[in-house]
Amino acid sequence: MCVTCGCNQNTAPPTALRLTDVQSERERDEQGSTKARSDAAQGVGLSEPVHPHTHMHADGTVHTHVHEGDHAHAKDDDHALDASQANGRDARTVALEVAVLSKNNMLAERNRGWFLGRGVFALNLMSAPGAGKTTLLECSIRALHPEVVVGVVEGDQATTYDAQRIRATGACAIQINTGTGCHLDAQMLADALERLQPPAGSLLVIENVGNLVCPALFDLGETARVVMCSVTEGEDKPLKYPHMFRAADVLVLSKIDLLPHLRVDLARMVDNARTVNPKLRVFALSAYSAEGLQAWYEWLRRCAHGTKTPA
Amino acid sequence: MHELSITRSLIAIVAEKASGRRVLRVKLELGRLCGLVPESLRFCFDLCAQGTSVDGAHLEILDVAGRGQCCACGGEHPLQMPIGCCPGCGSPTLKIVAGEELNILEMEVL
Repeated sequence: MCVTCGCNQNTAPPTALRLTDVQSERERDEQGSTKARSDAAQGVGLSEPVHPHTHMHADGTVHTHVHEGDHAHAKDDDHALDASQANGRDARTVALEVAVLSKNNMLAERNRGWFLGRGVFALNLMSAPGAGKTTLLECSIRALHPEVVVGVVEGDQATTYDAQRIRATGACAIQINTGTGCHLDAQMLADALERLQPPAGSLLVIENVGNLVCPALFDLGETARVVMCSVTEGEDKPLKYPHMFRAADVLVLSKIDLLPHLRVDLARMVDNARTVNPKLRVFALSAYSAEGLQAWYEWLRRCAHGTKTPA
Repeated sequence: MHELSITRSLIAIVAEKASGRRVLRVKLELGRLCGLVPESLRFCFDLCAQGTSVDGAHLEILDVAGRGQCCACGGEHPLQMPIGCCPGCGSPTLKIVAGEELNILEMEVL
């Protein structure tokens, strides 16, 4: 046994997982081991009872050591593992090939199926804190009532302020408090849906935690992603936070009533956003002056009606 | 700090697949355009692994460079950020073909 790299691992027990030999990264199931021994007997490998050989590690270091007992080596038998990590005699590498976000993505697909089955159009509304998500929702719910039924899932680290504001409009709302969490994930949404039970043909708005970074990575199963950016945030925001703007289908530029007081070029802001994501549908509006709201409401109506299941 | 919740998922998957065996090393494929900072992942990894079978394991990160393919001319180009125009024809419609990987490739267990 090599005390530097811990090789000589050819006695692996059978397992359901695909096992890769520590030293050669070849599959080492029972058949593979048998073949190696057979090769060794035919002189393909080294079969002397005691024999030296040299390895090159992935990091470029080379060492030579002596094996006792008969075992086979493939040609160019480089070690994939560092010595210190393979110190245990039975250490073995197991191939996984699993997406880290696989669980979230699976749950998101379940949510997506849930929405499709009920004809619910789900919007994932994302922005930095203070862009005006809740204010836009308040006036949208009032404007679309009673034509479109709107339900809201509110995500914030703390307080139920936003859910209370939504409930004051007459719409149903569930508040998710993420504590230290900086985004909603698919499981949180699934839990909220259980409670909220949005009716068939309704519009569900998921107001994500105010954050231009983290929510972009987590698929919730939404039908469309809306990123909101107030003009006070500056025209460079899409370039500074490209992941979020790239992940979105729709961009809402809010607080445009403030433009006369700002040195912000709205057209340039849109250009920057489209540099990141040429497919973005853009709405520029102000919930305060009502400018641009009609186009936004019309889009929401089309979203909700488009998903209604035939009677 | 989405690295924290992502690392929690990573540790949970590895611990489950290890079925109680001690994990010595985890090899992660990490694209440069996937929005995760390798240093933060390493920091969170050691933290999240505490008290699990992954405690003390080495996190090996396989860095994957970003590449984009132009939807207009079909040319492939390196990408440092998930934005940019095609250096060949100037079109802004670049499709990311590499750099968004976030996969656990393998683990080494005792």
